[in-house]
Amino acid sequence: MTNSWTDIKNTDLVVIMGGNAAEAHPCGFKWVTEAKANRGAKLIVVDPRFTRSAAVADYYAPIRQGTDIAFLLGVMNYCIANNKVQWEYVKAFTNAPYIIKEGFGYQDGLFTGYDEAKRDYNKSTWDYELGADGYVKSDIDHPRSVWNLMKKHVSVYTPEMVERICGTPKDKFLKVAEMISECSSPTKTMTSMYALGWTQHSKGSQNIRCMAMLQLILGNIGVRGGGMNALRGHSNIQGLTDLGLMSNLLPGYLTIPNEKEATLDVYMSTRGFKPLRPNQMSYWQNYKKFFVSFQKAMWGSAATPENNFAYDYLPKLDVPSYDVLRVFELMHQGKVNGYFCQGFNPLLSAPNRKKLTAALSKLKYLVVMDPLQTETARFWQNHGEYNEVNSGSIQTEVIELPTTCFAEDEGSLTNSGRWLQWHWAGGTPPGEAKHDSWIMSQIHLRLKALYQKEGGAFSDPILKLDWRYKDPGSPTSEELAKEVNGYATEDITDPNDATKVVLAKGKQVVSFAVLRDDGKTACGCWIYSGSFNEAGNNMARRSTNDPDSTGAYPTWAWSWPVNRRILYNRASADINGKPWDDSRKLLWWDGSKWTGYDVPDILPTAKPDVVGPFIMNPEGTARLFTRGLMRDGPFPAHYEPFEAPVVNVLAPKIRGNPVARVFKGDMEQFGDAKEFPYAATSYRLTEHFHFWTKHAHNPAVMQPEFFVEIGEELAKQKGITGGGWVRVWSKRGSVKAKAVVTKRIKPLQCDGKTVHIVGIPLHWGFMGETKKGFGPNSLTPYVGDANIETPEYKAFLVDIESITGPTA
Amino acid sequence: MANFEFVLPPAPTTNIKVAFGEGDLVARSASSVPPPAKQLTPVAKLIDVSKCIGCKACEVACLEWNNLRHPIGINTGSYNIPPDLDPNIFTVMRFTEWVNPETKNLEWLIRKDGCMHCVDPGCLKACPAPGAIVQYSNGIVDFDHEKCIGCGYCVRGCPFNIPRISRNADQPKAYKCTLCSDRVAVGQGPACAKSCPTHAIVFGTKDEMKKHAEGRIKDLKSRGFSNAGLYDPPGVGGTHVMYVLAHADKPEIYAGLPKDPKISTVVEIWKGLFKYAGFIAIGGLAAVSVLHQVIAGPNRVSRADEDNAKRLAGSDKK
Amino acid sequence: MNMELSRRQFMKGASAGIAGTTLGALGFGDIEAAYASSIRPWKLANLTETRNTCTYCSVACGIIMYSKGDLKKGEKADIVHIEGDPDHPTNRGTLCPKGAALLDIVHAKTRTLYPQIRKPGSDKFERVSWDVALDRVARLMKDDRDKNFIAKNGDGVTVNRWLTTGFLAASATTNETAWATYKVVRSTGILAFDNQARV
Repeated sequence: MTNSWTDIKNTDLVVIMGGNAAEAHPCGFKWVTEAKANRGAKLIVVDPRFTRSAAVADYYAPIRQGTDIAFLLGVMNYCIANNKVQWEYVKAFTNAPYIIKEGFGYQDGLFTGYDEAKRDYNKSTWDYELGADGYVKSDIDHPRSVWNLMKKHVSVYTPEMVERICGTPKDKFLKVAEMISECSSPTKTMTSMYALGWTQHSKGSQNIRCMAMLQLILGNIGVRGGGMNALRGHSNIQGLTDLGLMSNLLPGYLTIPNEKEATLDVYMSTRGFKPLRPNQMSYWQNYKKFFVSFQKAMWGSAATPENNFAYDYLPKLDVPSYDVLRVFELMHQGKVNGYFCQGFNPLLSAPNRKKLTAALSKLKYLVVMDPLQTETARFWQNHGEYNEVNSGSIQTEVIELPTTCFAEDEGSLTNSGRWLQWHWAGGTPPGEAKHDSWIMSQIHLRLKALYQKEGGAFSDPILKLDWRYKDPGSPTSEELAKEVNGYATEDITDPNDATKVVLAKGKQVVSFAVLRDDGKTACGCWIYSGSFNEAGNNMARRSTNDPDSTGAYPTWAWSWPVNRRILYNRASADINGKPWDDSRKLLWWDGSKWTGYDVPDILPTAKPDVVGPFIMNPEGTARLFTRGLMRDGPFPAHYEPFEAPVVNVLAPKIRGNPVARVFKGDMEQFGDAKEFPYAATSYRLTEHFHFWTKHAHNPAVMQPEFFVEIGEELAKQKGITGGGWVRVWSKRGSVKAKAVVTKRIKPLQCDGKTVHIVGIPLHWGFMGETKKGFGPNSLTPYVGDANIETPEYKAFLVDIESITGPTA
Repeated sequence: MANFEFVLPPAPTTNIKVAFGEGDLVARSASSVPPPAKQLTPVAKLIDVSKCIGCKACEVACLEWNNLRHPIGINTGSYNIPPDLDPNIFTVMRFTEWVNPETKNLEWLIRKDGCMHCVDPGCLKACPAPGAIVQYSNGIVDFDHEKCIGCGYCVRGCPFNIPRISRNADQPKAYKCTLCSDRVAVGQGPACAKSCPTHAIVFGTKDEMKKHAEGRIKDLKSRGFSNAGLYDPPGVGGTHVMYVLAHADKPEIYAGLPKDPKISTVVEIWKGLFKYAGFIAIGGLAAVSVLHQVIAGPNRVSRADEDNAKRLAGSDKK
Repeated sequence: MNMELSRRQFMKGASAGIAGTTLGALGFGDIEAAYASSIRPWKLANLTETRNTCTYCSVACGIIMYSKGDLKKGEKADIVHIEGDPDHPTNRGTLCPKGAALLDIVHAKTRTLYPQIRKPGSDKFERVSWDVALDRVARLMKDDRDKNFIAKNGDGVTVNRWLTTGFLAASATTNETAWATYKVVRSTGILAFDNQARV
């Protein structure tokens, strides 16, 4: 989230699209109902299903899953055509005026530079035209300005085209577009609340980007009640991402080197961007300080200037990333021997379950750490039709390690709004369950001992890992949190007076502003720096003070970065530093500095008409055209899901996202609309949390049994009755379920074709208190988003039939 | 206490005289109570159906607070799970898919069902067991399970079909929502109201709740629901659980919420009977009823019970 | 029980982990008067209160856990009730149906209790000690790493990677656990490192 849950109360219009906040985030959704009740805000829900969010919406419009980009570009087209643009914001704070290189173009669904064999682009023309001074040229009236290119790009998405692609009736689309366009006023703001309904597509990143672009032309980024608000799923999924527990990441969104970056100098040459416009902050210029401090936190005194701060201790990538899909593909090929699942149940959460079971069966060893008995840990166990395997033929050794759950553990979690909140243990762990940090320490120490004793493959990074804890076998949460915040590894002196120590060795750094690239500071995760400094554990703060009721709660817990509650908040004021909306002011320029309710997202003394608000970008502005930073285009474009009920009407030859990665063999496993006529989608229900609450009694009481939802028309056609049994199958698998027949799902008319929708909730498996059942991943295709490889769970094809239920 | 300057719907239990007990009874089944020395401030739970997202948090909070273990059922083709009130669940969500004939829009009406805590409680009037059902001057109607004989007359007496009789216990008993009398007694709101994510359920004094409802109704009217209103039915003297309905002119579309609930004629007759004959005189019949319940275990008073009642009252007319 | 309640020391702003009492916060005073046979005794009397955060979604609602026994005093603590934290700015004491049932997951019948190993080809888990389980994990890791570690790629560039073992990290553990996990996993050269954010 750019903003926070409590900030939603400041909005005038909530758009829930690509998510279902009322069901998946009920207590966050309260701020939607409060905005409605207290300031007359409106709620729009756009979804293939009439959800529980729609139940309390002011306006609901249906949409076919996987067509959000066409809808949103249609709204942009409407706003531009009707001059509903916050021009001052667009001209000053976005890259709309910048000129793009000659040669860039878009035709037949493809941008310049497509290579069909590689399923990739040569992106050399997707860039700015630079002047002799090295800065990007700017002229909004130029035919190749970002604005003019974008205006042309969106012009094809007329209300008629939106209806044809999305199945959204024209009048409903126009009503939504009109309501949204009103928020181009500087005194009206809209918030976007989205979740996996946008990410789980082969063009998920572009879905989100598309809304971000719309929010920029309406001037809704950086303001109270506005923003792009990703409703993260799990309690610390934000934290795990911030801390870089992903194939290609280091903590704080630094990146793992690839193998072309043989030295630290080469690595740094493509990071730490120089400004592209005069006087811009281009904050990544500090990259090296964060990187070196991270290396010091990892390897302490073994990271020295002489060895480039242990640069070679980091593994280097040969591919963009070893994400879950790639790893299971390699496992399926027999190229992976060992796998750890810590609180993660991939047998139910990765796509194409048949392939997953085959892959896990090829492992030599599988280690599962979990507070619950997961299906993954029992993938080798026969559970009849719910897990039909032959245990005897599976040679994988499986080790299940019991862990504590939240109630028995202490530490911080990062919420969707980037608040780091500390919590305390209140219960004794059951049986012999242990904390995950204890288990990880034990694994490290035992592995280290083996290397000390036996030697072996390059062991320095293991032997020299800085393990500075009082009890090395059991680090405390406080010790780890302090390391994440960062500390001085040596006395740091005043640059003007070497005798004056400004930060003594061992003291906590106040924030990332004092991190250094000379090895004198260590910091696990620069964006978390400030969370546990010499002032104490800021994450444990519990003051509910909220000056002037802005919803910021600046002294409740701690928010990254540097306790900033709304990102890009300098954009809440105009080019002169005057708030766009006095009733909703956030920051303002007092003549000499920035002041207001939040920590300024800019150098406090940066003059408003000189330094742009988007300080992480070398331009200082937000990007409507994203240069070569995304694999599938500098603008979003409509692509159908890989399994779609209709062809791409804009580019009939293109299947799916033309640059999404598809492994050998998986393309053949995509079904087509002739064989599988119905458009399926997967989702959560409010009664359950993923595959966890089926282990808990009362949630199991509330939704006991796996079901699929279909509309009354399809039910009638297929002879399906509510409460009866159905079989649903795709090219990859088949499931049995109860049927819920509902008015809340209606067929859509897309390009002259009637499209029926099949809804498949995801909470069932073969362990826990609920009735045994299946998950949608028995059916879903093995393909991910072109940029980040999130699997396409939200749009795929199935067939359905009525069956006789199992005999009780 | 949290220092929230942004005020959510009326904070629970403001201005409520929290402590209450036997001395605050205003009615007691099949017996009489002395008039209480003081009048407690009437409380109320307001359920704003227009803010309800049907998440069932209130159901779960109720189960957790009351240590109830409801069995795991099956899906019968809807979200109405568990499908009905029973001795192990005191509140359920009732989902109705309703197409508004005027706008042609689908409206998903979700109503939390449970005891309405009537000002004139039909259950209490119908109850033949002295002290098994009591009413406090703050409006709470509560069951005392020590004294309940499980006869099921309360079910018949209730115009909302709320109480449920346990079947499997040696001794059947009637169960329903207590308005969390134990929580209210220590100054807290009911568990359902506390949990409700959107504050669709709020709790406070009845006056506050009515005032809060006015604001909600105004908001709904501004959004085109011209018939929005408060459900506080006069036929039972008003209730201490009220609804804000977007279509208050048609309460029946909300899963059969009665338009004009009244205590059944039969119960009114019972009531008259107590007045003149007293409990002793009809003790024999009550015993028969108890026996009937134990054997047949219905959730409702049978036709035979009803006939007996009428005969005892000496009239088939009102 | 009423006497117990009124005698409790309700300290406002008590030590960080321990909740100021909800009862005290509501300012009730004359609980002694509250008594009637229909009213159940207050079930949270004499319990330890600890603040925590709901383990499910990223709204991160504040919760109060009520336990018999106090972990901070070194006692065995059995959590018997969980409710929303009314002081929390986001959830204001409310909880969703999953959060309202947190107690049921803490005490789920299918919690893992002991380390177990399933041998190749077996149809069952066998209980082992932590030492046996952890030594086995370390052994399996080292053997695989030593055999398959890639120090240099075909072009002679130092790459120091280990691709034959992968690690999926949790999504509900603390940042502190995540950091410890990060250190341990990356130090081995694992690149097949991912978390629930991917899906």
